[in-house]
Amino acid sequence: MEELASFSSQALVEIKGISKSFNNIKVLNNIDLTVNKGEFFSLLGPSGCGKTTLLRIIAGFEIPDSGKVIIDGIDYTDVPPYKRPVNMVFQNYALFPHLNVFENIAFGLRYQNLGKIEIRRRVFEALELVQLVGFENRKPSELSGGQKQRVALARALVLKPKVLLLDEPLNALDPKLRKEMQIELKKLQHEVKVTFIFVTHDQEEALSISDRIAVINRGEIEQVGTGYEIFEKPRTEFVANFMGARNLFTGVLHRLDKHMVEIELPNLVRFKVFNNKNLKLNSGEFKFVVRPEKIFIRKTPVKNQAFVSIPAIVESKLYYGASTRWILKANGFSIFVEEQNRGIKLKNEFSPGEEVYAVWEKRNMVFLEA
Amino acid sequence: MRNKIYWVFLIPSVVILVFFFLFPLLIMLYYSFLQRGIYGGFEPIEDVREYIFSFAWVKNYIRVFDSLYVPIYLRSIYIAFLTTIICLFIGYPVAYFIALKVKPENKILYLFFIIVPLWTSFLIRTYAWILILRDEGLINLVLLKIGLINKPLPLLYNEFSVLLGLVYGELPFMILPIYASLEKIDIGLIEASKDLGADELGTFKRVILPLTLPGIVVGVTIVFIPTLGSFIVSDLLGGAKSILVGNLIQNQFVVARDKPFGSAIAFVLSSFVLILLYIYRKIWGKEIEVL
Repeated sequence: MEELASFSSQALVEIKGISKSFNNIKVLNNIDLTVNKGEFFSLLGPSGCGKTTLLRIIAGFEIPDSGKVIIDGIDYTDVPPYKRPVNMVFQNYALFPHLNVFENIAFGLRYQNLGKIEIRRRVFEALELVQLVGFENRKPSELSGGQKQRVALARALVLKPKVLLLDEPLNALDPKLRKEMQIELKKLQHEVKVTFIFVTHDQEEALSISDRIAVINRGEIEQVGTGYEIFEKPRTEFVANFMGARNLFTGVLHRLDKHMVEIELPNLVRFKVFNNKNLKLNSGEFKFVVRPEKIFIRKTPVKNQAFVSIPAIVESKLYYGASTRWILKANGFSIFVEEQNRGIKLKNEFSPGEEVYAVWEKRNMVFLEA
Repeated sequence: MRNKIYWVFLIPSVVILVFFFLFPLLIMLYYSFLQRGIYGGFEPIEDVREYIFSFAWVKNYIRVFDSLYVPIYLRSIYIAFLTTIICLFIGYPVAYFIALKVKPENKILYLFFIIVPLWTSFLIRTYAWILILRDEGLINLVLLKIGLINKPLPLLYNEFSVLLGLVYGELPFMILPIYASLEKIDIGLIEASKDLGADELGTFKRVILPLTLPGIVVGVTIVFIPTLGSFIVSDLLGGAKSILVGNLIQNQFVVARDKPFGSAIAFVLSSFVLILLYIYRKIWGKEIEVL
């Protein structure tokens, strides 16, 4: 346990070239992934992207067509689930309906050659961990959704797995409880210091809960990184779009010299940008995104060289309480703007049809890989 | 008042139950207290008071427990018990296979194969077994042809053929309820069990078997009860030697023309089954809502 306490970046789960097809439909395509010891790692993607299949391959419920699953240095690819040092929390909890809470949690301990007293001690330790002491004699049918969730967690964690796999475990909970469980899950992981691999389709959930995230789309990994990296520095169009960076622009790049490039948005604007390391591109077409909250609306163009101003027309406004979202039209192109409502008094009131400027700081542009 | 209208829809079933089930049962109960007349039918009762106080009406019930008949009852229970056990041990694997191992799109085909014999009369299917089992029957013919035996095996008119016929007839009624309870099991539970360290056998013992207990209980019940009262199979495949309580009752009505005694045996048999069901319920009733 000591070695886990220090957040080392030692590889624990290594996925090497995993592919999997169902009925000739490729679900996973040559996936490579490394999850480090003690990490809270999320697999994020839309439904049907293959994230659950990947989790089930790690658990041993599916055998990959090719590739390897290595856990703590040992190849587990063809090992049945009951011999793997991983445990799973299922989407619908999968609690045994004929057993009470105690027996559900003790289920796996019965295969570990422990005495009755030791089993009892471990079960109550787990019950304490998930704050369910006093519920040990209840049947799953007598528990609320959140309580079932905790039993499922306790049942898996009591076995002290090297990796805990969580398959969209919070899906069945109502939004408020879901938020609470996210915080609790994070706390729990910190407490038990077990590596978590968490499958979710909810970007916010993944961002708030994970140390690192792998964004998966159509059976391929689009990007792996911390929440910050995925959110602010998406590398592909899919990741940008999935993380809500809705303003995707196609520009033409003209290299002026070693330090300076000129970017042209056809029929809209031309501006100069200092060459930075995100901009490895040679002259030609390329794509970049600007997140909605990093664009603001002005009545006049901003003169400062650090900013880009695009003439646009206000199309619509949606008031969300904490923020206001605008849609602008610039030469047939939609620009989404999100503005935090920092004061009680609304500022920047624009009406549809009004001619304005969409303004952003040049350094907030994220250049996508071709 | 507006909620009471649904009673109207219960009338047909209540009428059917009363006229075709309860009413005949009461007639039989009444018969069982009478005496057989010299030429069949019933001995007329001259003095009802005297008949009641002389306890003449229990004569049939006392005769039921005559040592002449007790071996027949014991044999019937033994045969029914054996049939049920064999059905369970054949039926469970079959149901397991169809529910958990067969591709979903093929399940209906397998179930069809199990149900399709029920489309033919049980009587005809039992006759068919005679053709298969008799000395010149299919099995003996083939075995003689290929030289495995040199005289026909005694397959018919013994305990074996009775058991075979009963198991054959009752098997679908064991398979179907067990299949239904297996089909209801969430695959996630089986996966969870394996995830927690249980292998195939452990998963079966600790998850699948307990969760299919309702199916087993139903299957055992609906196989045991009809087998206990069955008479066609033992009549056709068992010959004269192996008489069961079902044959005994049938004989009273058809051969001996002693309706009162036949009715009395039938009622004792029914009471026995009811007591069994009651004990069954005492044991399993809490966990299994079907009882």
